[in-house]
Amino acid sequence: MSDRNNGNLPEERSNDRGRRPMGPRHGPGAMGTIEKAENPRGALLRLVNYLSSFRTQLITIIIFTIISTLLSLAGPYIMSIAINQYIIPHDLQGLLRISMILAGTYIFSTILSMATGWIMASISQQSLMKLRKELFEHLQTLSVGYFDQKSAGDLMSRLTNDIDAINAALTQNVTQLISMGITLVGVIIAMFILNYRLAFASLIVFPIMIWFTAAIGTRIRDSFRGLQRNLGILNSVMQESISGQRVIIAFEQQEEVNKKFSAANQDVKAISIKAMTYAMMIPSLMGILSNANIAIVAGIGGYMVLIGLSNIGTIAAFISYSRQFANPLRQIGNVYNSIQSALAGAERIFEVIDTKPELEDTPDAVHVESFAGEVEFKNVNFSYVPNVPVLKNISLKAKPGQTIALVGPTGAGKTTMVNVLTRFYDIQSGSITIDGNEIKRIRKDDLRRQLGIVLQDVFLFSGTVMDNIRYGRLDATEQECINAAKLANADGFIRRLPQGYRTVLSERAGNISQGQKQLLSIARAIVADPSILILDEATSSVDTRTEIQIQQALLNLMKGRTSFVIAHRLSTIRNADQVLVINHGEIIERGTHNELLRKQGFYYNLYMSQFKGTLTVTPMFAPEQKMGDS
Amino acid sequence: MSNTRKIFDYFMPYRRDATIAIILLGIAVVGNLAIPRLVEVIIDQGISENNISLIIRISLLMIGASILSAIFTVANTIFAVRASRGFEADLREALFTKIQSFSFGNLDDFQTGQLITRLTSDVTQVQTIVTMVLRMFTQAPLMFVGSVFIMYSTNARLATYMIALIPIVGVMVFIFIRNVQPLFTKVQERLDYLNQVLQENLSGVRVVKAFVRREYEDKRFEKANIELTSTSVRVTQLLSVFFPMVQTIMNLGTVAIIYFGGLQVYSGTATVGEIIAFTNYIFSTMFPVIMLSMMAGQISAANASMNRIMQVMNSTPDVQNRDNTKSIEDIKGKVCFENVYFSYLTDGGDPVLQNISFTANPGQTVAILGSTGSGKTSLINLIPRFYDVTDGRVTIDGLDVRDIELSSLRSKIGISLQEAVLFSGTIRDNIRYGRNDATDEEVVAAAKIAQAHEFITEFEDGYDSMVGQRGVNLSGGQKQRIAIARAILINPKILILDDSTSAVDVETETEIEKALRVVMRDRTSFVIAQRISTVLNADKILVLDNGKIAAEGDHKKLMETSPIYQEIYDSQLGGVIPQ
Repeated sequence: MSDRNNGNLPEERSNDRGRRPMGPRHGPGAMGTIEKAENPRGALLRLVNYLSSFRTQLITIIIFTIISTLLSLAGPYIMSIAINQYIIPHDLQGLLRISMILAGTYIFSTILSMATGWIMASISQQSLMKLRKELFEHLQTLSVGYFDQKSAGDLMSRLTNDIDAINAALTQNVTQLISMGITLVGVIIAMFILNYRLAFASLIVFPIMIWFTAAIGTRIRDSFRGLQRNLGILNSVMQESISGQRVIIAFEQQEEVNKKFSAANQDVKAISIKAMTYAMMIPSLMGILSNANIAIVAGIGGYMVLIGLSNIGTIAAFISYSRQFANPLRQIGNVYNSIQSALAGAERIFEVIDTKPELEDTPDAVHVESFAGEVEFKNVNFSYVPNVPVLKNISLKAKPGQTIALVGPTGAGKTTMVNVLTRFYDIQSGSITIDGNEIKRIRKDDLRRQLGIVLQDVFLFSGTVMDNIRYGRLDATEQECINAAKLANADGFIRRLPQGYRTVLSERAGNISQGQKQLLSIARAIVADPSILILDEATSSVDTRTEIQIQQALLNLMKGRTSFVIAHRLSTIRNADQVLVINHGEIIERGTHNELLRKQGFYYNLYMSQFKGTLTVTPMFAPEQKMGDS
Repeated sequence: MSNTRKIFDYFMPYRRDATIAIILLGIAVVGNLAIPRLVEVIIDQGISENNISLIIRISLLMIGASILSAIFTVANTIFAVRASRGFEADLREALFTKIQSFSFGNLDDFQTGQLITRLTSDVTQVQTIVTMVLRMFTQAPLMFVGSVFIMYSTNARLATYMIALIPIVGVMVFIFIRNVQPLFTKVQERLDYLNQVLQENLSGVRVVKAFVRREYEDKRFEKANIELTSTSVRVTQLLSVFFPMVQTIMNLGTVAIIYFGGLQVYSGTATVGEIIAFTNYIFSTMFPVIMLSMMAGQISAANASMNRIMQVMNSTPDVQNRDNTKSIEDIKGKVCFENVYFSYLTDGGDPVLQNISFTANPGQTVAILGSTGSGKTSLINLIPRFYDVTDGRVTIDGLDVRDIELSSLRSKIGISLQEAVLFSGTIRDNIRYGRNDATDEEVVAAAKIAQAHEFITEFEDGYDSMVGQRGVNLSGGQKQRIAIARAILINPKILILDDSTSAVDVETETEIEKALRVVMRDRTSFVIAQRISTVLNADKILVLDNGKIAAEGDHKKLMETSPIYQEIYDSQLGGVIPQ
């Protein structure tokens, strides 16, 4: 009868899935299993911390839960009184009165438990919001190095799945846990008050229940752990083969892949049958044991009534209590798992929050409005991993307005030079100065605001074309953005888009081409109006005509600014004021294009191999302006 | 609904297990329902009539009934889990096998993430509903009908009071679901938006930092966060109010039984035992009603999943073996395109390739040049039948590729795709991917040609170095070289390199080209490249423009005749940017 359920219909809260009976699933498609926290107490304490700003509400919840649980425990007791004192002695007035009292008790209990749920919903969601916000804002402070090491998928999962796990535990299990504890203790006390002999008798089943839960519990834990491992294997087989599907087709490996998948799939099936069978046994066994308990109460109780040691009302109450007693035991496994995975999630979230933010500004960092643009590297050394130097003793000097071309094979350290100039990473020794100020002494935000970076791999955000250009400077007017687009040679294609500047770029900007994306990113950099430019030239994926447009746009952008260009194109190299040839982290040659050619060194060879074969057809050093101004 | 039917087919092998599970559950329910009735007998007949032996007999019967229903419930669990998990595994496997049968065209229709979601959460979702049906769907109606029947046979008037409660609960459930369902959808939408903000922020981290947009991003996230929270607070609050309310109805039912039952006891039309039994039956009548309504919600979620699964299942592979295909053994490698038209959309659409005709003689190297979107990759994709031509035909040694058995066709063609995808495993495994029985010497020889041997041997574990997350970090150029080695190793008569040296530096590229020239002497090769230096030595250069062949010939000829070719050449090797 009046089982206190608190929203959890006992049977189908199956372990492998539903935290919420019919709620939407959060996060990307993981097949949920239970994870355990390594230091549960630490995680718990910090989690509680997030709730602590709601102290009044929490205390209210606890008090309400206690009262409402006690009231629902009082139900059967009142019922026994009703039977013993009013129904059997035929007291009509009294029966009405006690019925009203019983109804009042139940209604009051419900109101309290509704209030509890209402308050809990609000504070748990607000704590989650706070946690999410803190996590996200902390992520913004972390260094690029951190994101280079962590996969985006993993971080995503922390902000979705892990938060979700905490959500489930907070919204349901906190109050549930309180009421479960009170119910267990309360039922035992109530039974002893009613009739201590019958109480002893009905507790016979109790150790059996505990033994069952414990025995099956360890098996459940073990098999779920195995299931999690196997699911991991299955997931990675799927992930890998589906993202490499085209290669599989090209090499006709479908059969092999099917076999591999099938093996992993069968493993998961076998162990999940085991795990689920155990897991689903607990609630049904608990239900059955509580039935057995009713039998015991009815039998022994009935006998006790006959010999005058009990009465019928007591038996009725005991039967109710037996049901109430079974409920917490039935749910304890779920609650335990839910709390465990919440704590594991919390731990993973706190791990991120505890990561030290990127290189902070020193207290004496200066504020800089704009740079003249004199950049100097002095004996710069840098390594990502200790003892594997990537930049060795790099020195260079760029005068304001100069263009510096960085040339060299892949892995030579060109991109790393960009990374240290922007302070995505800090150098280990030497110094980098801009206008004579060491960049470590310049406020990081000021520094980056004055450095315009156009990367080879363009990243645009979802939103309109206009939004994306304005990302360079949020207070830019529409006209400024359009002017920038014009300078970037982007205005033409933008106007041809269905909604022009209002066109919404879809996920990964699939509706415009790679080259057009590049033009947009140049427009974005123009709007930002930096004093120093860093360009990573695009290589392979753009066709010749777009390439010429990009080149022109870049030239517009470079006018009057100190520019560092990771150069792949002859035209850039030829026009550069200095060409730095980098190999194995060192500058091995420097000079202008013509000087370096005359030197007949590394650059000469690189150059010759790239453009070799052309000599026989056209003169190697074709004079300028061959193409006209297409 | 036909989707339901089709999904149900995967359930057929388990119908025996499922039937057994349902029967077992039925018996367990009968056992469960008997308990309150037996309690009533103890109280009304045993206690009131001082019949100790009856009390003992009945309680033993009750214990027996509980044990029996315990055994049946456990047995039901075993069969139900076996059926549902078996069904899940089969469905997932069928889905995966289906995806394996896909051609490129089918893969274009789905994103990787979508396919993964279908294989994981969608399949699990459908499985959950199957489990629920096997365990609850029979139990709930049985419990309901059973207890209503017993209630009526025990005390019809009291039973009528109880039945009156059911519509109330029903209406509550209905109102609740009506209100909460749209909210669930809204929560999902807002969550998607939050995830999108997050996803973009994570993948664009360098841009965010370079433009110093931390505060802006914080604000963007906060907005999404607040929107999500405001909706999920409402959902959670609705949920937390609903269940206590249903609980109250049930509890008030108990009060009604005590009161009206009590009145009946006065008038002698009811017994105390009946009242006690009724308080138990309330639970077994109301519980199924709530259970089924909860399932209604689950079913609509599962239905969406089912449709997503069937969307994959129902797509037919674009490229399949025709009847009467021939298997080819030894081929010379002459490839002909005859008036080929190709369009990605089946219902016409703008053709990507128009009227392409050319011949590649055995041993020739054909280079394909052209701007992005001019149809280069589309063209070479037609040779191994990754797609089928819309019109015209592609032949190998005079045989239409569509008349050649697919796997024998593809085993003759080595291809290195634009994006070098490697699989987890060792470098050796990856190179051997197309031919598992290749010897170590062959692997090394292929790697040497692809100029990969040197860097591979520099790794601590050489060819046994693991690739992927826990393995060595390969640069883009290194991956491409392994992919080339993989293509060479299958010893193809036709080799296709689709822009597969774009991340390799020029010097290495030249070496690869040189080494390839030796092994490819009697093989036909197709090379797509952006760098003109790569294609200078080809026997034949095709310049594609907007899906048409704009020029054809060797370097020398094209320099003289083709303005487009000259333009490309100048921009890369000759001229400079106009100032």
